[in-house]
Amino acid sequence: MAKIKGTIIVDIERCKGCGVCVPSCPANVLALSHHVNGKGYNYSYMANPDACIGCASCAIMCPDSVITVYRQKFE
Amino acid sequence: MKKEVRLMKGNEVLAEAAIRCGADAYFGYPITPQSEVMETLMELQPWETTGMVVLQAESEVAAINMVYGAASTGKRVLTSSSSPGVSLMSEGFSYLAGAELPCVVINVTRGGPGLGTIQPSQSDYFQATKGGAHGDFHLITLAPSSVQEMHDFVFDAFELAFKYRNPVMILSDGVIGQMMEKVVLADQRPRRTEAEVIAAEKDWALTGKTADREEHVITSLELDPYAQERFNEKLIAKYNKVRENEVRYETYKTEDADYIIVAFGSAARICTMTVDMAREAGYKVGLIRPITLFPFPTKAIAEMAAKGAKGFLSAELNHGQMVEDVRLAVNGKAPVEHYGRSGGAVFSPDEVYNALLTKIIKK
Amino acid sequence: MAELEVQIKEENLVYRKSPLLTDKIMHYCPGCSHGTVHKLVAEVIDELGIQEKTIGVSPVGCSVFAYNYLHIDWSQAAHGRACAVATGIKRTNPDKMVFTYQGDGDLAAIGTAETIHACNRGENIAVIFINNAIYGMTGGQMAPTTLIGMKTATSPYGRDPKIHGFPYKIADIVSQLSGTCYVTRQSVHTPAAVRKTKAAIKKAFENAMAGKGLSFVEVVSTCNSGWKMSPVDANKWMEENLVPFYPLGDIKG
Repeated sequence: MAKIKGTIIVDIERCKGCGVCVPSCPANVLALSHHVNGKGYNYSYMANPDACIGCASCAIMCPDSVITVYRQKFE
Repeated sequence: MKKEVRLMKGNEVLAEAAIRCGADAYFGYPITPQSEVMETLMELQPWETTGMVVLQAESEVAAINMVYGAASTGKRVLTSSSSPGVSLMSEGFSYLAGAELPCVVINVTRGGPGLGTIQPSQSDYFQATKGGAHGDFHLITLAPSSVQEMHDFVFDAFELAFKYRNPVMILSDGVIGQMMEKVVLADQRPRRTEAEVIAAEKDWALTGKTADREEHVITSLELDPYAQERFNEKLIAKYNKVRENEVRYETYKTEDADYIIVAFGSAARICTMTVDMAREAGYKVGLIRPITLFPFPTKAIAEMAAKGAKGFLSAELNHGQMVEDVRLAVNGKAPVEHYGRSGGAVFSPDEVYNALLTKIIKK
Repeated sequence: MAELEVQIKEENLVYRKSPLLTDKIMHYCPGCSHGTVHKLVAEVIDELGIQEKTIGVSPVGCSVFAYNYLHIDWSQAAHGRACAVATGIKRTNPDKMVFTYQGDGDLAAIGTAETIHACNRGENIAVIFINNAIYGMTGGQMAPTTLIGMKTATSPYGRDPKIHGFPYKIADIVSQLSGTCYVTRQSVHTPAAVRKTKAAIKKAFENAMAGKGLSFVEVVSTCNSGWKMSPVDANKWMEENLVPFYPLGDIKG
């Protein structure tokens, strides 16, 4: 059976850690990291990467456009 | 080619000159005594001929900001109003100067302060020459004294506005705006094409960001105080260049004069007769008429003082505004007095003559 | 299936930052709605292929610096005067796509006259109105759209209509005017809402280019710093409090 899988790349240094991407994810993939970036923000990351479906909801919500989304279909 | 000559009202000729000099737009709001400017434009419908836009705004505040918008795109744009309306526009002057935008503003002055009167006055001299709003800036200010100059100065004002990227004011008054005189009209000049605007104002005008250039931003905002200071210094350098290159004035019988009347606009016309009256009575009196109020003909007046003029009378339709610039120019070398009427009252040549006698000659 | 790894290559790309956005880091607070709406404007301009035709007018307020973030030509207007500035641009450049981007203080307080009259003249421009019911830039003072009871720096005990007057719905007012062709109220607090707002902005820009009159897109937004809550809580608070008073959806057209 085919499976669609996604992944995101967060531009960590541009992320302000606002967290609006976290509840927008229908697959509960995202969380704010315990680590901070150069500005001191707890940046967004994939806490549960296997669940990502590449829907781009997080990227659409991100006010700072720091999320790039990829998706691939595996047969 | 034979020039077109007509008998026209000052306000009407402003409209005619705006069209003929190839202006792209006029935005205004009715106010006495200059309403004929927009009335004439609406009657002439230049959008059908040259393509010039004419729009009646909801207020002078809106009108000057429409000017700001159109000027942002490199268009030749003007507005006109009278004193209370010009006060409403003054915020816009500061933004236009701060964003270095060219435009032409006409003030057909009436008596103030407040709503004041609808009769002619020169009581907006300070506002027109000292910036007239917040921040370190100046308008370049031209003062016509005839209907012909109302026509000619529209052309000159646009030239100065684009040469220095600064708003230019034509400071007229209800006398010049309402009276009719013979005027020689210039031939119609074409409006600039889009390609000409892009070529001429390629460094700053909002013509649409293309791949070959960075985006253009028209703004007067700066958060860094040192950058703002550097910008202000650049503006001041520009105004110094204006002071150096653009001073205009006219003299009447000043060569041998012991006493000098300084007057601009409609007041200067009246004072020409005062000079003749004084000459008939045996007094050597001359007149200097500043045509540019900013830059002020400081040097010319200083030279008259240095050559031994015994006294200066600044005759203005106000309670003493230009006299401050005359005093600065004379710098204590001779007495400088003011004579004026205000509130819409206009002095006669003999009133000025009497003032000259009592305040200067027989003092 | 954990061994399946998505390859990072162009053909797998679903979403990336619009090329119309500059690389400058936005000065907005974390979670601010402005960033999201800026992004939508950039995407719409890119998708319509109108970068060379578009001139934006930025206001006074937090979004005064909108001109730093999009690769288009911008004019920055005096406080409240964006619609007049846009009128001047559009009337003298009828082939350009002209839009204003304004907050509630700029558009609905100091600029009410310019807004109403541009709408009433039916200027062929698009107006994007960010309504977060507060003055963000000056430090969280009361806006004309601040709700009754809402605490701000200038209504510290809550907005009391006896002292401060009532909030008003300017989108409803401009929808009554003959010159507006499209008036809508949207939000950007969920992915679905963001998609709808983008469609609204696109429609507004298309209307402006087609000369149909003025399109007015209100975006009910958050100001989490001004409201003194987290960005996620602000989205919730907005849905529970602002949206009932400023209901979402098309009002006209």
